[in-house]
Amino acid sequence: MKKQSEIDSGRDIEKSARSGAQCVVDGLAEEGCEVLFGYPGGTVLDIFNCLYDAPFQFVLSRHEQGAVHMADGYARATGKTGCCMVTSGPGATNTVTGLATANMDGIPLVCISGQVPLSMIGNDAFQEADVIGITRPVTKHNFLVRSVDELPRIIAQAFHIASSGKPGPVVIDIPKDIQQQFTKQSMSGPVEMRAYKPHVDFNVDAVAALADLINGSERPLLYVGGGAIAGDASPELLELAHKTGIPVCTTLMGIGAFPESDPLALSMLGMHGSVAANYAVDKCDLLISAGARFDDRVTGKISEFAKQAKVVHIDIDRSAIGKSVRCDLGVEGYLKPVLTALIPLVDKADRKEWLAQTQRWKDRFPFIYPDSGSAIMPQFVVEQICKVSGGKATVVTDVGQNQMWSAQHFNYTRPRSFITSGGLGTMGFGLPAAIGAKFGCPDDLVVCVTGDGGVQMNFRELVVAVEHQMPVIIVILNNGYLGMVRQWQEMFYNRRYSGVMLGQSNRERTERIETGREYLPNFVKLAEAHGACAKRILKPEDVAPVLEEAFASGKSWVLEFIVEPEANVFPMIPPGQAVTSMINRSV
Amino acid sequence: MNNIINCLVENEPGVLARIVSMISGRGYNIETLNVGPTHDSKVSKMTMVVPGDEHLIEQVIHQLLKQINVIEVVNMTNQRHLNREIILVRVASNDHAGRIEIVDLATLFDAKVIAVQEDSVTLQMVGDQERICDFLSLFKPYNIIDISRSGVIAVGREAVEKQLIPALEIKYNALNLV
Repeated sequence: MKKQSEIDSGRDIEKSARSGAQCVVDGLAEEGCEVLFGYPGGTVLDIFNCLYDAPFQFVLSRHEQGAVHMADGYARATGKTGCCMVTSGPGATNTVTGLATANMDGIPLVCISGQVPLSMIGNDAFQEADVIGITRPVTKHNFLVRSVDELPRIIAQAFHIASSGKPGPVVIDIPKDIQQQFTKQSMSGPVEMRAYKPHVDFNVDAVAALADLINGSERPLLYVGGGAIAGDASPELLELAHKTGIPVCTTLMGIGAFPESDPLALSMLGMHGSVAANYAVDKCDLLISAGARFDDRVTGKISEFAKQAKVVHIDIDRSAIGKSVRCDLGVEGYLKPVLTALIPLVDKADRKEWLAQTQRWKDRFPFIYPDSGSAIMPQFVVEQICKVSGGKATVVTDVGQNQMWSAQHFNYTRPRSFITSGGLGTMGFGLPAAIGAKFGCPDDLVVCVTGDGGVQMNFRELVVAVEHQMPVIIVILNNGYLGMVRQWQEMFYNRRYSGVMLGQSNRERTERIETGREYLPNFVKLAEAHGACAKRILKPEDVAPVLEEAFASGKSWVLEFIVEPEANVFPMIPPGQAVTSMINRSV
Repeated sequence: MNNIINCLVENEPGVLARIVSMISGRGYNIETLNVGPTHDSKVSKMTMVVPGDEHLIEQVIHQLLKQINVIEVVNMTNQRHLNREIILVRVASNDHAGRIEIVDLATLFDAKVIAVQEDSVTLQMVGDQERICDFLSLFKPYNIIDISRSGVIAVGREAVEKQLIPALEIKYNALNLV
């Protein structure tokens, strides 16, 4: 019989050995984990036992998907690797959406899952799932631990893989018996991996060629993606743009990498990007992609994309270079050192004519929206969040119209101030990610802009913010629809609104407005049931005061803005089409 | 066109599944696949024949290289190399004259008769892709009951340069700009 103290500690001092479970907790601490999000269960009981004495905080989500999104939001807000832990079987399968979200956007995560004992694997044991098989395509890498002796090394490797190269999520699947066995192994020294060496030296000749291209170009344009944020390259981008007079547009993921207050900023490009950014792509003679991957939401019709331009790709991910759009020059490397090497090689220039042109587009086609009189316009709410917070809020969005309006109508000036699920477009991401971001940056004002659809997907996680006193402001733009789908049905499916009504059924909707019957669910009551403050706002003049009250309160709030139901996101380039097909029906 | 890709991977459980799942998940096609150990016990070699144009093969190679367990990837088609495949073919034949004819044809390709049954002859043939192709087309008129193919394997003819995947070449000559 083991003594109770031995069961508690996970350490065998006489033999100077540790249990696998203790190795996990020690490994997380050594890797700098500050907050571990997760959910316990049968196969991680031993790790949770050791977590009892862990030097870092454990945060219990209410669903495993929430835990992964929280770790993701934490990682996006801080740049550190997010950590989460779940049990085997359903616990692990619930992480899939969160992992895929992080994988598409290159977010560093380490997710530890329990697994049935090694000898039981393949037996259809209770709560068994082939987690390695299931998570393989949605992670950067995953490990099944087969011996307790390799566990300390695997943890170090997982963090190394997650945070280097193009970052991404890594799963470590640990059978229960391995957690219980003891080992004398520990991790010391740098991580050596035979087949994984992401720290490539960039090609200096390619950088020199890029400088020549820039110096010879009349209408260059920087197209900046999430890689600039992951690679911490904002200062270099600013220096390069200012020295050379190159205007800058960003992708959705690149928002914040370049201050939108800068005269050179053209805001976001792509399907719902600014007219100026999309015109600039169309007319530029040199397009420099910096940490962006030419997503279809950016390029539209490939053959028409940046037709007049030489296209340069700078990316740490070699497979992204030339993947979808032709590549006249590729530079493989981390953005920061590449730009640092590039800056001294480029000529100082003001490019007056080109900048005058882009400025005319900016002046003529800003993001605008129609005035709807007594109804609150959703875009107005986003503008007011920017104004009331002095532009300092960290905005976390859900997916759909709320996401695009947040991208368009807030003036972002710093990296990591705009957090969104870009590649996968995961509805339900916003609320838990906002909580994770708040845990990472407790001094920041974190505002989640979401819709009445997306917020319901992970609403339960709100209690986490309340119980940990991590105040987040949840702004629901309630239009009674799954707005983006409704917009597409309006524009491309002859206004046949199919499966997009929220609150109540189609017929009841008119009735509801006439009789004043309530929207379901009642978000105010729902929020209060979760321990948060809440208000429903119906008039435009109440928007700013209620935001001021919520921002100053130091409490978690759910603010339900009843907005114009059929407001649309414009400009819009219909999917697969070119900039000439842009619809800009903003007024 | 068909490309022979040699992929050196860490000899660890699950690596084959990882590679194959990436290939299928991204919609690439594999015509043949052969996996075996190498002189280094920690390394396995996977040889796959992938049909596709230059752009597609470039993507396949970079996606392979992105896999954490992949050490090296070489498109053998781009360099001097030797490739071989072994095939076993069972051809129906139930009379002496027929057998003679089959064996004669086989001899032209240095194929071996490895079994003779009452109703069939089984041949073993080793050759490069071209020869295998010729062999099979010559046997097309005969009644082939079964074919088993090993998949192509390949080695380079010269000492492979240390940098197997050249640094991204500068596709655009900056001098042309001026």
